[in-house]
Amino acid sequence: MIKNDTLTIAAVASAMSDAGIGIIRISGERAITVADRYYRNKKGIRDLKSHGANTIRFGRFCDEEGKVLDEILISVMKAPYTYTGEDVVEVNCHGGTLVLQEVLQVLVQDPDCRLAQPGEFTKRAFLNGRIDLSQATAVMDLISAKNRFALENANRQLSGELKEKVLAMRQKILHETAFIEAALDDPDNYDLEGYGARLQKTLSMLISEVDDLLRHAKEGQIRKEGISTAIIGRPNAGKSSLFNRLLQTERAIVTDIAGTTRDTIEETVRLGDILLKLIDTAGIRSTQDEIEQLGVARSKAVAEEADLILYVADRTQEFDETDIQTITDAMKNKKLILLLNKSDLSGENRLDAEALRAQFPQLIVVETTMTGENAQDGLEDLKQAIAELFFSGALTPPEELFLTNTRQREAFSSANAALKQVAESIENGMSEDFFTVDLMGAYAALGEIIGEEVEDDLVDKIFSDFCMGK
Amino acid sequence: MQNQVQTIESYDVIVIGAGHAGCEAGLATARLRLRTLLFTMSVDNIAFMPCNPHIGGSSKGHLVREIDALGGEMAKVIDKTFLQSRMLNKSKGPAVHSLRAQADKLAYSKEMERRLQAQEGLHIRQSEVAEILTDDSDEKRVVGVRTTTGACYDTKVVILCSGTYLKPRCLTGEAITYTGPNGLQGALSLSDALTALGVKLRRFKTGTPARMDGSSLDYSKMQVQPGDETVIPFSFETDPASVQKEQVPCYLTYTNEETHAIIRANIDRSPIYAGIIEGIGPRYCPSIEDKVMKFPDKERHQVFIEPEGLYTNEMYVDGMSSSMPEDVQVAMYRTVPGLEHCRIVKNAYAIEYDCLSPGQLKPTLELKAVKGLFCAGQFNGSSGYEEAAAQGLFAGINAAMQIFGKEPLTIDRSEGYIGVLIDDLVTKENLEPYRMMTSRAEYRLLLRQDNADLRLREKGYKAGLISEEQYARLCRKREQITQETERLKSLTVGASGKTGDILRGLGSQPLKTGMTLAELLARPELTYELLAPLDPERKELPADVIEQVEINLRYEGYIARQERQVAHFQKMEHKKIPADIDYDAVKSLRIEARQKLKAFLPESIGQASRLAGVTPADVNVLIVYLESRR
Repeated sequence: MIKNDTLTIAAVASAMSDAGIGIIRISGERAITVADRYYRNKKGIRDLKSHGANTIRFGRFCDEEGKVLDEILISVMKAPYTYTGEDVVEVNCHGGTLVLQEVLQVLVQDPDCRLAQPGEFTKRAFLNGRIDLSQATAVMDLISAKNRFALENANRQLSGELKEKVLAMRQKILHETAFIEAALDDPDNYDLEGYGARLQKTLSMLISEVDDLLRHAKEGQIRKEGISTAIIGRPNAGKSSLFNRLLQTERAIVTDIAGTTRDTIEETVRLGDILLKLIDTAGIRSTQDEIEQLGVARSKAVAEEADLILYVADRTQEFDETDIQTITDAMKNKKLILLLNKSDLSGENRLDAEALRAQFPQLIVVETTMTGENAQDGLEDLKQAIAELFFSGALTPPEELFLTNTRQREAFSSANAALKQVAESIENGMSEDFFTVDLMGAYAALGEIIGEEVEDDLVDKIFSDFCMGK
Repeated sequence: MQNQVQTIESYDVIVIGAGHAGCEAGLATARLRLRTLLFTMSVDNIAFMPCNPHIGGSSKGHLVREIDALGGEMAKVIDKTFLQSRMLNKSKGPAVHSLRAQADKLAYSKEMERRLQAQEGLHIRQSEVAEILTDDSDEKRVVGVRTTTGACYDTKVVILCSGTYLKPRCLTGEAITYTGPNGLQGALSLSDALTALGVKLRRFKTGTPARMDGSSLDYSKMQVQPGDETVIPFSFETDPASVQKEQVPCYLTYTNEETHAIIRANIDRSPIYAGIIEGIGPRYCPSIEDKVMKFPDKERHQVFIEPEGLYTNEMYVDGMSSSMPEDVQVAMYRTVPGLEHCRIVKNAYAIEYDCLSPGQLKPTLELKAVKGLFCAGQFNGSSGYEEAAAQGLFAGINAAMQIFGKEPLTIDRSEGYIGVLIDDLVTKENLEPYRMMTSRAEYRLLLRQDNADLRLREKGYKAGLISEEQYARLCRKREQITQETERLKSLTVGASGKTGDILRGLGSQPLKTGMTLAELLARPELTYELLAPLDPERKELPADVIEQVEINLRYEGYIARQERQVAHFQKMEHKKIPADIDYDAVKSLRIEARQKLKAFLPESIGQASRLAGVTPADVNVLIVYLESRR
């Protein structure tokens, strides 16, 4: 068997899109040898092996027959001071998926090089001692960061803030377990009298600490991934205008992300530090004409998927049964913001914000004018309203640590459940030897977060979540 | 190989030492129909108890039960010869309940001797083994032993159970004698022969308190410690009716400030504190000097006065082992209430001996360096009769399996205290004599003394030490437990007025809606027996079946969670590390971890994770490395 695990690997390290430039990363013992076969300097000479470490030079990338595929910048980094700990060559091509694919094709057809598996560069970095497990997890977050918050948070985890926190909690748990064990084995010198009450205090401190982290986790996740938002309302209420406004806002990044369902398209819109994932907006737009027929059912289906509903109403029209029904239903388990829009400036106001607030307690109403020269887009108010609903009013994320990673959240949840179980055991008057079962359960769960616990499906859990070139 | 002397006789198995390890080892191999020769330095001291006169106690009681489940002898012998018996920790959960019995030392020794003599295929020989003979092959295969008198015996395997007898040295203050325990002769040649074979030895120390003339003690100043009203036997084979007998009491008294003052004033005369003793002693079985120096704030320490037997009036002073000079001993013992006029029969002393450095044993207790040489008991760095017996039995079974060419017996940490004991000895660097403790067993809720038969009897049956009849009984018990548990889970009690009255009568809340009997049993105030009026269909079941049903249902949630932890553990045990792994190729292993892994060559990820000096981060690296090699 060829030693597959040590072969030099290559993959596209930038996004596979028609961007300005694209990078192909090559890593392994023969990275320089392999790249050298296809690199020519500006004089057409193969000289990659003479490049020093940490250099970047101009040249051309040719296929095996010597045909120039692209003009490139090539950087050489030498082991062990590279991301993977191996020799690394990065080829900066002109963007364009076709060029990138051609260059990559040449490389992976070389007998000394193969296509990297997802996460393999990071796996090698881990195996070569460049990063530890919690850092590997953070790298994953870093790469997938969509906004400044996600980026900063991942960086904060990378620097070990989360690790410190977890280590301190584990230390406390271990201390309690050790005391119980000592008392069981040496009752002469360690007394368990009144211990349950003492342990309860430590437990409630630990539990509230984890609770806080988990509470933040939801917020962290929403900050990182965006709030799934549905815009609904009657035809011509101003949904499209709102949608367009949102798209133009602050030169919003609009990306098409194929979601879990193949034909669902999400538009991600950034409002300052707040990300909105507009659900199924394409659907809404395309079915606008038929919305009367589809009626409430259609709106409901869209609302079902969302965390936030932006209900757009034309204030020149009075509410009918459907409006009232939809708002009442949605408010039961969703967050809803009512946007009172005036599409026809000459029309009379038939909906009054105050009256509506009285009719629907806790309803958040934002008034806007979407069209005309005096367009009051109301977006500042909307931003503030969303912040109130999701982030306790904070428009920019506080300088705190957020759990944004599913694996970490699950581990904290099970640690929390175990700690609560211990508290319950104390309340039920169980004897102390039962406490250690769940104390150690919590200890192990916390250990998984920082790689202090041996995990079975580690590879699947961490590295396979990466995309190809990382 | 030098001095080839004539071979006197050939055996399949030779056991060196007839202490608690040697007796179990010899009985096991002989019962598996292997011709076995058991060497002892003194036939009159077979299964001798040189220290405390009791068997069992916290976690050690578990070991005795497990020995019995596998087909060993210790439980049966103590059931025959005990003076008093108690179930310890009854106020705590079932995981830490532990049986402890006072032994009549002489009766115990004689009963074991009788059983050895009665065993077909087992021969006893009083002689000192000086050398273990091996062939010239690279794997150094055991071929025989040579005694100090020059006689050679051929054998396929040797089980070394030398206890504290290798180059022993006893210390009472400044007085030093070169003898084994209780003045018995030590073995002076074997250590050097082992070293020549490439076996690395180290020096350990342990100690024992004085024995008092019972007639010189004033028991009226002490608390009487009687046995349990109903005695529970150690062995699953013993008829409970046969152990209900008149018991001999023990007594409890305490040291005081005066005792501690005498010790402190003379601490420079203690061989340990004066630096005369080089061996490392057990932290968990400390001398009274250690206790006083390590817990200076403690005003008193417990002292148990225990009978040594019915044939002697000697009393054992549990809790006050010492290596102080004789004059200090007399003075300190006499400060203890009830001991004011005590006369010492035998001095307290510390003993130093050669034993094995860790990491040289395979999980079967065979030495990695010498094929066919198994080791058990105190020689492996443990302390305690029960720990020794457990290893002796385990080594005996595995020596036999090797001869038969069968798969070795394995007991992992989730299956038994024996598994914990052996895994700890084999993988951890124990820096002091290893004593079993409940805290060492991470899955202790499943490793209870009450279910040792359910956990291990099948393994004993597979090894050939448990009979068809015994095995059939176990299967029947299992079936009854499952059936009754299922029945209680499916039987719902309605919330009728009559039910309410019954429950109120038992001090329990009446029901609001229907509940199964199993759910009711989870209420702390209710027991299986108390629920009888709500369960008229109930059939008569043996007490041990009811006990299991009750524990399973009452602690169901805890047991389920512990089982999940075990599942994770076993997954790691089953992740095997290929023998040809090149640890140097795994760059992110720390240097210390790499050295440890190369030295121990662990067989599984689980084992690697328990090696001292190997961190979880190292193990995660290994897992990822092995996965990517696939």
